[in-house]
Amino acid sequence: MPLLLLGIVTIAFALSNLTKGDPLISIIGERQMDNPEIVAAAKARWGLDRPLPERYLRYVGNLIQGDMGISLRTKQPVARDLMDRLPATLELVIAAMVVGVGGGILLGVVAARYRNRAADHGARFVALLGSSLPVFWSGLLLLFVFSVVLGWLPGPGRLDARLTPPPGVTGFYTVDALLAGDFTTFRLALTHLILPACVLGWAVMGIISRLVRSSMLDVLAQDYILAARAKGASGPRVLVNHALRNAMIPTLTIIGFSFAYLITGAVLTETIFSWPGIGSYTVDAARSLDYPAIMGVTIVGGSAFLLTNLVTDLAYALVDPRVKLG
Amino acid sequence: MTAPLLEVRGLEVAFPSPAGRLAALRGVDFHVAAGEVLGLVGESGSGKSLTMLSIMGLLAPNVEVSGSVRLDGEELLGRTEAAMRRYRGRRIAMIFQDPMTALNPVIPIGDQIVEAIRIHQPGLSRRSARERAVELLSQVAIPDPRARAGQYPFEFSGGMRQRAMIAMALANDPELLIADEPTTALDVTIQAQVIEVMERLRRDRGIGLILITHDLGLVAGVADRVAIMYAGRVVEQAATAEVFYRPRHPYTRRLLASLPRFDDDVDRLATIDGVPPSPARRPPGCAFAPRCLDAVDRCAQDDPLPRRIGASAVACHRAEELPA
Repeated sequence: MPLLLLGIVTIAFALSNLTKGDPLISIIGERQMDNPEIVAAAKARWGLDRPLPERYLRYVGNLIQGDMGISLRTKQPVARDLMDRLPATLELVIAAMVVGVGGGILLGVVAARYRNRAADHGARFVALLGSSLPVFWSGLLLLFVFSVVLGWLPGPGRLDARLTPPPGVTGFYTVDALLAGDFTTFRLALTHLILPACVLGWAVMGIISRLVRSSMLDVLAQDYILAARAKGASGPRVLVNHALRNAMIPTLTIIGFSFAYLITGAVLTETIFSWPGIGSYTVDAARSLDYPAIMGVTIVGGSAFLLTNLVTDLAYALVDPRVKLG
Repeated sequence: MTAPLLEVRGLEVAFPSPAGRLAALRGVDFHVAAGEVLGLVGESGSGKSLTMLSIMGLLAPNVEVSGSVRLDGEELLGRTEAAMRRYRGRRIAMIFQDPMTALNPVIPIGDQIVEAIRIHQPGLSRRSARERAVELLSQVAIPDPRARAGQYPFEFSGGMRQRAMIAMALANDPELLIADEPTTALDVTIQAQVIEVMERLRRDRGIGLILITHDLGLVAGVADRVAIMYAGRVVEQAATAEVFYRPRHPYTRRLLASLPRFDDDVDRLATIDGVPPSPARRPPGCAFAPRCLDAVDRCAQDDPLPRRIGASAVACHRAEELPA
């Protein structure tokens, strides 16, 4: 795993240094680019006058100590920027996973139970809609309907602008508000979370529900399902205790994958909902050719992938007794 | 003769299909008394397993089932799913062919037995159900049953799995046990263990047992009576000795002739040419006629119904005239 991480760092470093855009433009501005003295000074200031291999080794060396360099745009350490924004993204992604996994399993089980009947087609429609609608469209649509027209849910942002965030312990507004015993803030943070979480969760709900459906159909044809019914088990018991537990094994992979996908894929949703997370940070960084920030985001995204893979493997051992860790 | 524990009369099962209704079972009759072993023999597709599933009420709702299935005089056909659930696993239990696939791979064996117990005895505490599960495992000769109860099916050997399956079937002291090819997936030495366990149950508890199999040797050793099925019908039914020493249906005779014998040194085993007809292309007369060496014109037109001949019930026009 450390090797894989080094690979990610290397590729990210190579990509950002071999691309055509010149970070100097974003540092000193286009007008100053003709002034050789200023260009040389800026290069020396940011270490861009050193040969590439040296810059690479320095970057990796610093990275090991948790230093991702200084953002060209915010002029703050990238690591600190990321730490400020990671909890917002994680809170959103976890909420989206609850929606996506919960909804996906429910839709999948219903679809398998009522195979080729109306409920199956309905579930397929909802799933297909979720995975084919782009989030910038479904996001705007849901915002318009639930926030503007119906007024049931608040608009973008993590909280109303007037409110001060709860004292940061975890960085999750909902959890922090509960820890502080501030139920008004908790309610607000939660209602702000609902729409973006649904938009993001809906996108992965489709693939999860399709997978749950097909593995449920596989499992329902197995002898042990017939055997469970022969024991006198009721329909719901057979479905949940016997079928779903087995159907979850192949589904785990895609759930793990979805989580990593959402962390990096939250970009559009965060932009639409003015969510101050990694996603919107990425957009800003990319716009201003903020290389250290881009690299930081890439590395965080890559690590998230590796980490979820690891967690998925561990989860297998929990769900499938035949898998032994060792 | 004691009143039968299970009485199946005129059982018909038909599947809807694009080509019309396919009759898979065509009037199956048999009965099993308490403490009796009925061997139900037939090739694949003859309707053995289908018969059992319709007794249990486990066929899909779109399958047409008619006739009569009585357990201790109570009619089971036409009951609601909820009513059938009270019979399944409690009064009639089932053992499947392959215990590897019939046990849930992700639930410990003990928990699966506990589930079987608590479905029908919801008032029983988890703890007592657990004790009972361990006791059941030790009854089917699983060594160290307490530790074994916490293990998963993949940690059991084939024979142990089948015995665990039997323990699960016995959880609620059923009156009737249906064993669908219980030894087919097992090694010969393991088969003997499993048969031993089933024999003991019949002897000690007076359980009625239906043994579905295509293993004639097994039937000869264990069954009191035998019913031979062919193409959705019981073609011959009698006491085991009667069937083996005085087979009356040509199909039964051919089946017996296909058994390898120790005292007979032949290069090739006798076979029955052709395959059983599928429900869609069954001939108008006797279903076995196209493969029968003794068929006459009448057999091709007229479908013989089972009738009593001596101590047997036989579905063949020529049963009396052919030499036994």
